[in-house]
Amino acid sequence: MERKTKINAEDGKQELVITREFDLPVELLFKAHADPEILGQWMGTKVLKLESKKHGSYQFETTDAQGNPVFRANGVIHAFSPNAKIIRTFEMENASFGVQLEILTFEKLTDDTSRLNIHSIYESNALRDQVMKLPFTQGINYAHNRLQEIVGKLK
Amino acid sequence: MNLRRDVFQAIADPTRRAILLLLASQSLTAGAIASKFDTARPTISKHLQILTECELLGQEQNGREIYYHLNAKKMKAVADFIEPFRNMWDDRFNKLETIMKKYKPKK
Repeated sequence: MERKTKINAEDGKQELVITREFDLPVELLFKAHADPEILGQWMGTKVLKLESKKHGSYQFETTDAQGNPVFRANGVIHAFSPNAKIIRTFEMENASFGVQLEILTFEKLTDDTSRLNIHSIYESNALRDQVMKLPFTQGINYAHNRLQEIVGKLK
Repeated sequence: MNLRRDVFQAIADPTRRAILLLLASQSLTAGAIASKFDTARPTISKHLQILTECELLGQEQNGREIYYHLNAKKMKAVADFIEPFRNMWDDRFNKLETIMKKYKPKK
């Protein structure tokens, strides 16, 4: 299957851009980012808290089968414009990746299609590259297992 | 003891990237490579050493000259590192799309 997600990470820069077009009205695409329950479903993590508003904050947690936390992340929401834009910080807890600034732009293409643009800015180029290598080293297997688990349960 | 070199460290330097680009189309000797840069010859030698240690460059003896060439296989590893990251996001977004297509607003 063709991968629809484009990642632009220029050498030596401390930022990256993720772009993706969806067969969804922009309202639904935005809702998937603003509704804690839906966000948790596709991100594959538990959403402990998500205040979708300016000056709101959020916290994610993923636990293993025994209930031990294996991943925690949090951030604050700097700007929240429904169906248009979210600016937030993202930080993994107990990790040395620093904090990243994420600018999410939601764009209506047609009544039924939309585009998401995520501009992530890291503290340094080295940290950006480390984060990008994460799924390569350990996370991807985990994410795949997790995905299979969820999909398995749906059947 | 030499520090273990990382491919990603190797390509983090602009001069080293320029060397890789230069060698993309042709094999060259250290002297020929150095002549393309304003940088001092020993500096270029150091860059070539690092790139060779990372296996991004290979060396070939041709008569008395040593030619450097690009190790395309290793370069592919660099390009590939972004793939799992892309896949991760692609998986997430595919899931998002599937969920939202079924979504019925509560009224």
